[in-house]
Amino acid sequence: MTERTETRGLFSRLPQINPVWVLLAALIVAIIFMNPGFVEPTGYMNFLKRAAPLAILAAGQVYVITSGGFDLSVGSLITLVVVGSSMLTNNDPTATYWVIPVMLGIGLGTGLVNGLVVCFLRVPSLIATLGMMITLNGLAFMWSGGAPRGYLPDTFRFFGRELIRDVPLVRFIPVSVIVLIVVVGLFAWLMHRTNLGRQVHAIGDNPVAARLAGVSVNRTRITAFMLSGLSGAIAGILLGGFAGVSTDVGTGYELQAITAAVLGGAQLLGGRGSVPAALGGALALTAIFTLLNFLGLPQPVRQVVQGLILIAAVALAMHRRKQTGT
Amino acid sequence: MTDSAPVIEMKGITKSFPGVRALSEVSFDVRPGEVQALVGENGAGKSTLIKILSGVYHADAGEVHVGGEAVHFAHPVESLQAGIAVIYQEFSLLPERTVAQNLFLGREPRTRFGLIDGARMRAETREVLSLFAAAGRIDPDRTVGELDVATQQVVEIAKAVSTGARVVVMDEPTAALNEAECEELFATVDTLRKRGVAIIYITHRMREITRLADRVTVLKDGEVAARFDEVPAPDAIVRAMVGRDIEDFYAPPATPDEIGETILSVRGAGNAMLHDIDLDVRAGEIVGLAGIQGAGRVALAMALFGQTPFEHGDVTLNGDTVTFRNPRTAIMGGVGLLPGDRKAEGLVLMQSVRDNGMLTSRAFGKLWGSDRKNAHADTDRMDELLDHMEIRAASYDQDIRALSGGNQQKAIVARWLSMRPKLLIFIEPTRGIDVNSKAGIYHLMRDLAREGAGILMISSDLPEVIGAADRVLVMQEGRIAAEFPHGASEQDVMHAATGETGVAA
Repeated sequence: MTERTETRGLFSRLPQINPVWVLLAALIVAIIFMNPGFVEPTGYMNFLKRAAPLAILAAGQVYVITSGGFDLSVGSLITLVVVGSSMLTNNDPTATYWVIPVMLGIGLGTGLVNGLVVCFLRVPSLIATLGMMITLNGLAFMWSGGAPRGYLPDTFRFFGRELIRDVPLVRFIPVSVIVLIVVVGLFAWLMHRTNLGRQVHAIGDNPVAARLAGVSVNRTRITAFMLSGLSGAIAGILLGGFAGVSTDVGTGYELQAITAAVLGGAQLLGGRGSVPAALGGALALTAIFTLLNFLGLPQPVRQVVQGLILIAAVALAMHRRKQTGT
Repeated sequence: MTDSAPVIEMKGITKSFPGVRALSEVSFDVRPGEVQALVGENGAGKSTLIKILSGVYHADAGEVHVGGEAVHFAHPVESLQAGIAVIYQEFSLLPERTVAQNLFLGREPRTRFGLIDGARMRAETREVLSLFAAAGRIDPDRTVGELDVATQQVVEIAKAVSTGARVVVMDEPTAALNEAECEELFATVDTLRKRGVAIIYITHRMREITRLADRVTVLKDGEVAARFDEVPAPDAIVRAMVGRDIEDFYAPPATPDEIGETILSVRGAGNAMLHDIDLDVRAGEIVGLAGIQGAGRVALAMALFGQTPFEHGDVTLNGDTVTFRNPRTAIMGGVGLLPGDRKAEGLVLMQSVRDNGMLTSRAFGKLWGSDRKNAHADTDRMDELLDHMEIRAASYDQDIRALSGGNQQKAIVARWLSMRPKLLIFIEPTRGIDVNSKAGIYHLMRDLAREGAGILMISSDLPEVIGAADRVLVMQEGRIAAEFPHGASEQDVMHAATGETGVAA
């Protein structure tokens, strides 16, 4: 009974590379082919800058997905953060220093409420966060009276828009790219090097076994939602910096984040997920959008493509899962 | 009677599941009018073989012949049509329909006008039932759900007979029956045999083999370990099943000086499922908990572990009064538990062997602390524990789902070892694992007891409870009904478990 049969071929002896990196490399080659300027710092740094909010969002989303849930509320949260920041700062540059902590607090608070609703009211996360998505959207609208004020002070927009110049090798680095590196690095460390991350995996894999092994399932799940909320607030602060203020600035970001996480191999319904691979997924998705842009395809096409990618990525993941015999 | 040509012939059957070879080169045949006992430890491959015979699984290699013709069943319905009926432990009857409706399900006799001919259905049902001793008790118009388990079983068998089954497979048919019901079942089996039906009888109980079988096939680790054309002495069968002598299979019981002071003491405790529980477990001692399904053994374990807590009564652990409201508080109090359903309750299957071993120690580490080292364990020590338990894995970074049941179970044990619990509860510790791993688990439990832990072992495998425990408590309807010393007779324990007035030791 214990003899293991060799079910894997020769190729699996090669180091396992997550297919998302292959996809990303192919897309980047295609972009360079269409636009040789991409190899210049202005090319790839702008690309990274554009990808930063989604990548951060995906890093947060991957916690919730790995824990066995979904967080659909982050898109509306972005809108609320952008609109709320413009209301609170009210064109006062010095207000930034307290508005940003408030916004991060709103992100954590949203996640906390999501987590409490899922854990204690036993509402499935898909529904709980869908409700939160609609609620936050409404709140953002009410707060701004439907007509958000035009712009945020430069001190606030610093994170999303500014560049740090005279950097050796790359000439300049956008502040948002630094934020991206710090946040994704922190999230990756938490997910893959701490007790928290291992328990997030465990509760998504088998909540019953995790509870019987002493894992505090609710605490872990709530923490996952809070980290996703925090990532939403950070993404909102970056987007406010370069996209300006509107009531649809966050629309659709929740599904992009889920798509990015799944492209990175995160297991829907929990148990498996990787922050670096979700970053890869976010970059790949942004690269696809960039390519579509080069090809001159309009926005609706972009939506069609994104929808198909989400379905294809999940179908592929299910296929792989079946092959490995779960 | 046993000279006729086999009705079923299986040749060279091989079947693998990911990570496990369940059957290799198994050949097996049954002749009309014989009872062939199919025995083997859990996980030996009996049920896989039956599932291949009935078309649930497909063999990777090998042939199945029915009545001399090669068959390839794509679906269980096809095997049924070929005359092979399998009586599983869970019956396939519809509880809301009558006995007659169940017997003729999907092939109801019709009147000239195309309506169901109820009178004929009832008459034919009576005729089929008349073969069985229980016939007098069964009214064809009773709904099946009202009947007791033994009578439902008769209906299930009658259904098989009425569809013209040539082969009837019975999978541990006496598991849920009491003494008198068993005798009736044996009579039923005799009736079928006389009618020329071939019977494959799966059981763990030597008594039934001696009473019923014409031939015996023993499976072990997916291979035919022995084939007896006449029923041999029980020892010979056990030796073939276990692959070694029974004496060193179980670790020796504790000597009086190995048993220390009381670790766990429960007085007058209960909840919705448990009543008046008095229980002591001492250091160095393995206490077995026997009983039938639903007697409250698992409920007692889950109450002690805080999963479904006691609602009244006193529990003391190492002299301190404790109330455990959830598993986490129980673990902090020094209790560990190996769940009965490894896959559903024990393992996080997508994680590595090491992660499974580290799970509990990490749950009690700092949330932001390193996953490689916490107050209870670090990865090096966990690897040593896993080495010590001789877990066979390509690497401890490998997903645990690829391991065999026995190795998976050891990883869960390692999880608890790192916590050094005072009381360890094992629920069905050897279910579905191979024989050598079983012996390993028994010796491991004994080693833990010697190091001063108290152990409570729940098992449905009667020889196992009696052989591995220092004392056996028998539960019945949520109460502890009897206590037996090490080495009590299987029959006495069974009597106590089924509530018949047996002679308690």
